[in-house]
Amino acid sequence: MSTVYVPGDSSARSVGADEVAAAIEAEAVRRGVVVQVVRNGSRGMMWLEPLVEVVTANGRVAYGPVTPRDVAALFEAGFLGGGAHELGHGDTDQIPWLAQQDRLTFARVGVVDPLSAQDYEGHGGLVALRRALVMTPAQICEEVTESGLRGRGGAGFPVGVKWRTVLDAVDLPKFVACNADEGDSGTFADRMLMEGDPFMLIEGMVIAGIAVGAHEGFVYVRSEYPDAVAAVAAAIAAAYKAGWLGPRVLGSDYGFDLEIRVGAGAYICGEETAMLESLEGKRGVVRAKPPLPALEGLFGKPTVVNNVLSLASVLVVLARGAQFYRDFGVGRSRGTQVFQLGGNVGRGGIVETAFGITLGQMLERFGGGTASGRPIRAVQVGGPLGAYLPPARFDLPLDYEAFAAAGAMLGHGGIVVFDDTVDMAVQARFAMEFCAAESCGKCTPCRVGAVRGVEVIDRIVAGRDVAAGVVLLEDLLELMAEGSLCAMGGLTPMPVRSVLQYFPEDLDRSEGTP
Amino acid sequence: MLSDVSLRQAPWSQEVALETIGAHAAQRGPLLPVLHALQERFGFVDARAVPLVAKALNVSRADVYGVLTFYSDLRSSLPGRVRVQVCRGEACQAVGGHALAEHATRSLGVDFGGTAVDGSVTLDEVFCLGNCALGPTVTVNGRLRGRVHSAELDALVADGGVLA
Repeated sequence: MSTVYVPGDSSARSVGADEVAAAIEAEAVRRGVVVQVVRNGSRGMMWLEPLVEVVTANGRVAYGPVTPRDVAALFEAGFLGGGAHELGHGDTDQIPWLAQQDRLTFARVGVVDPLSAQDYEGHGGLVALRRALVMTPAQICEEVTESGLRGRGGAGFPVGVKWRTVLDAVDLPKFVACNADEGDSGTFADRMLMEGDPFMLIEGMVIAGIAVGAHEGFVYVRSEYPDAVAAVAAAIAAAYKAGWLGPRVLGSDYGFDLEIRVGAGAYICGEETAMLESLEGKRGVVRAKPPLPALEGLFGKPTVVNNVLSLASVLVVLARGAQFYRDFGVGRSRGTQVFQLGGNVGRGGIVETAFGITLGQMLERFGGGTASGRPIRAVQVGGPLGAYLPPARFDLPLDYEAFAAAGAMLGHGGIVVFDDTVDMAVQARFAMEFCAAESCGKCTPCRVGAVRGVEVIDRIVAGRDVAAGVVLLEDLLELMAEGSLCAMGGLTPMPVRSVLQYFPEDLDRSEGTP
Repeated sequence: MLSDVSLRQAPWSQEVALETIGAHAAQRGPLLPVLHALQERFGFVDARAVPLVAKALNVSRADVYGVLTFYSDLRSSLPGRVRVQVCRGEACQAVGGHALAEHATRSLGVDFGGTAVDGSVTLDEVFCLGNCALGPTVTVNGRLRGRVHSAELDALVADGGVLA
């Protein structure tokens, strides 16, 4: 019997993976060959999706992008034995794009059957949890702090320090809340991890619970990710069945219950306090801080709020040690970051690599230029609230501090490529439009500032008193950045400022006109 | 072949509504799960459900209404038979998303957030579907589709989300 992997990842399905899987099964029946099709996660090489892998005596061999029309020819070429075909890429693990990465957090994604508990344990799952169960909460917090792991959701706060704060809080009960409301355009790593290795998230949450003394957790997944919702829900059910969740985790005296909650289409619920409000069943309106959620979070109780990738990275720290993890990276950016290459890019997908390579290296080594074949004009890093950077800034190393010093941010690691047809005035206006559409409305700088921002940019682009308009816009940006309650209004100025700084010619169209 | 939302979803029934509400009322922070469940059952959250939810969860009708109108997923009226979401995020903008969005409103004859008068289609904008390396991205009747330009969108809408 042959085993064939066809990703069940929603991105792969969006370009026909289901149809390819069905075609392979039908062709196998027609030829009287026994083929087991496993729906794995995606390896993250999106330009090769649907990427079909065949298990051979020499390991897994990749073919892609496969369409249903290619299937008969693949059988003809003997792909079940790794036969040569024009769509063939040889040994999957040796594809340079993958081989050059440091796949720590994403080690299992695309490799295993996402909902097979056996696969999970067979590929290093539960090692971290078993270790955590024999450590004291303080030891876990300390090890995570030593690893240098910082929150991967965007803010970059040290995970171990946050956990220690919750551990030291006296109020009970305590909660673990996973922020899986991955709303930033250009980011899809949380989604792929939840679809491709959902047990990892569950294990991370249980460990967080042990570390802070919480026995109840919630995963808040955005509704735009129905496949991730289904995968996490199924994994939670399987984890209960296997005894990884429930009153006696892995037979220990420690109990942990986990529930999934689905968002309802509000970007602001990715902001941690808005997410907590939403979990409580309220409008997703941000809270003023302090009090910190670590002390007064969900239902007013001490709460760990961590992003999916932060929780998943903890497993690497505990399974392989703090020193192993912190040996990756540079400066105060330790470990690996799961970057996501998207937009107008030749080879988009997941690039997990140690912090420190430059933006330019990332785009050359992995991105492979634009999909359109035209020159890159701008790259937006860190989601809709991140800066647009021109090729002149591609020397920036991908690390939190270097980006912050340049008026940019790494955020959740999304990198969106634009070619030279982009109109940066449209992008600046969009940043304000987006903020106007998604502001929760609690504070005035964000709620009103975004609307005024659209108007001012429109006046500038129309060429009406451009110099005065730019002064007014800069004043507005300062007010929003300094006066907003949360990062929504506070960071919307970042992309707009970057357009003013690097692409002023797109805004000022009056030059040369009488 | 067409997944007809109005046929799949139940007509209003107070008994069914109360049963749906009751199934989630014991959860912590039950309001959002309750509203999701009502929408799943009826296709939208009927105004007649609002006082029932308020009573069952011991909150004010204003609280329920406030939540219902805050979240863009929650509908107060029945959507069209074909539901189209077009991603407006930056990654899709970089590969022709603006043109696709214009084509969608023009060809379907509705603005974003609107439903055609004959109930044939509802068009919504969405900010990122997490398919950022394979854009432009849409969903048709909940099915995610990547690399969709004008011609592909027309074909998907005609087939109710099923690729030919």
